[in-house]
Amino acid sequence: MSFEPKIVAFLCNWCAYAGADMAGTSRLKYPANVIPIKVMCSGRIDPEFIMEAFEKGADGVFIGGCHPGDCHYVSGNYKARRRVEMMKKMLEEMGINPRRLRLEWVSATEGQKFARVVEEFVNEIKELGPSPVKKEEQI
Amino acid sequence: MKKKIAMYWGAGCGGCDVSLLGIHERLLDLLEEVEIVFWPCAMDFKYEDVEKMEDGYIDITFYNGAIRTEENEKIAKLLRKKSKIMVAYGSCASEGCVIGLANLYTRDEIFNAVYLKNETTPDNKIIPHGNEKEGIKLPEFLPSLKTLDQVVKVDAFIPGCPPPAPVLENALNALLEGKMEFGKEVALCDECPRKDTKPDKIEIERFYRWHEKEDDGSCFLAQGMICMGPATRAGCGGECTSAGIPCTGCMGAVPKVKNQGIAMMSAIASLMEDMDEEKEREIIKAMDDMIGTFYKYSAARLLPQGRFKDES
Repeated sequence: MSFEPKIVAFLCNWCAYAGADMAGTSRLKYPANVIPIKVMCSGRIDPEFIMEAFEKGADGVFIGGCHPGDCHYVSGNYKARRRVEMMKKMLEEMGINPRRLRLEWVSATEGQKFARVVEEFVNEIKELGPSPVKKEEQI
Repeated sequence: MKKKIAMYWGAGCGGCDVSLLGIHERLLDLLEEVEIVFWPCAMDFKYEDVEKMEDGYIDITFYNGAIRTEENEKIAKLLRKKSKIMVAYGSCASEGCVIGLANLYTRDEIFNAVYLKNETTPDNKIIPHGNEKEGIKLPEFLPSLKTLDQVVKVDAFIPGCPPPAPVLENALNALLEGKMEFGKEVALCDECPRKDTKPDKIEIERFYRWHEKEDDGSCFLAQGMICMGPATRAGCGGECTSAGIPCTGCMGAVPKVKNQGIAMMSAIASLMEDMDEEKEREIIKAMDDMIGTFYKYSAARLLPQGRFKDES
């Protein structure tokens, strides 16, 4: 059986989640490995959520937010960008491949982009194989 | 009846044993109230003495130091069996402390660095393994460092590296009365002597290490130096910050926060000024040692089995 990764996607309410919706209403196909979780803003995503996703068995974590300058709350996406950058460094020091964490800007009209980046990410994680983090429980 | 207490020194620097003296005259009252039945650092006891005790004979055991060798683990289990209450004393036993950073390396890497590639050892570079002829065997060095509660059930934790006198006094009073909960629920900033100098909004445009900038006496974060205060439990009274050194987080996380290091990292990210992506990346890239900065005292909690292997 081929490896089917589990990917948790935190999507902001105003852009990325709407973008994912757009992909759906446009009937675009993208891999079903993604488990979307809607948050109000990418700035709401505490790095602890990312850690917890890995601890609970995610093979990759995807974060979708508004394009720079477009954040509904002015600067939430900049905070997310810095947190992800720091988190990648932390993951690397822990021995986890930082490519397992990906941040993308997806606007509400970019259904196609959403489908494309998710597919790319799933393929990348398939290449990397299962996450080495101890799986406490299944999601 | 006097309470029977034991104190044991696992893998640690020994500062915890000494920290007991920090409570000064209170120690004399304390010694009136208790009977010491085992304390290898201060008095002559043998492991056989403990083995001979009935289960639950000791009222309170204070275990300081982490679990690094087979011996540490064996004694932790033995003392657990013989004690009614097991207390993790200090940061090593509670969270792994600085020596927990060894979990970023494998056992072989540690032995190589310490015994074989150590520049200050000019000759005779060998890994010690006891003397087989005389039947002397060194306790096995475990693959990773563990905190006390990763090995046995722990009833109470006394934080700090070593526990500061006010924390210790508070904890001892509570424990002798049979209370397992003590300590403050707030962050260090609440009692920091620099509290009033903290501006409403902090915007950091670059980070300084302690030696790179002269301390002007105000809030360290406002000066661009990483201070773990906001993510660290209060109790020490800001001993370090009043002596001109930013907090490094030895008291552990504020209760209700699961992950001290990540919480602080997240806070630092949001305190940074909004700037263009390139500059931002450069600043973050220059932060060398994320785990050593944010998990200086709790790396053993973050990586209980050692570093993950996910290189590709």
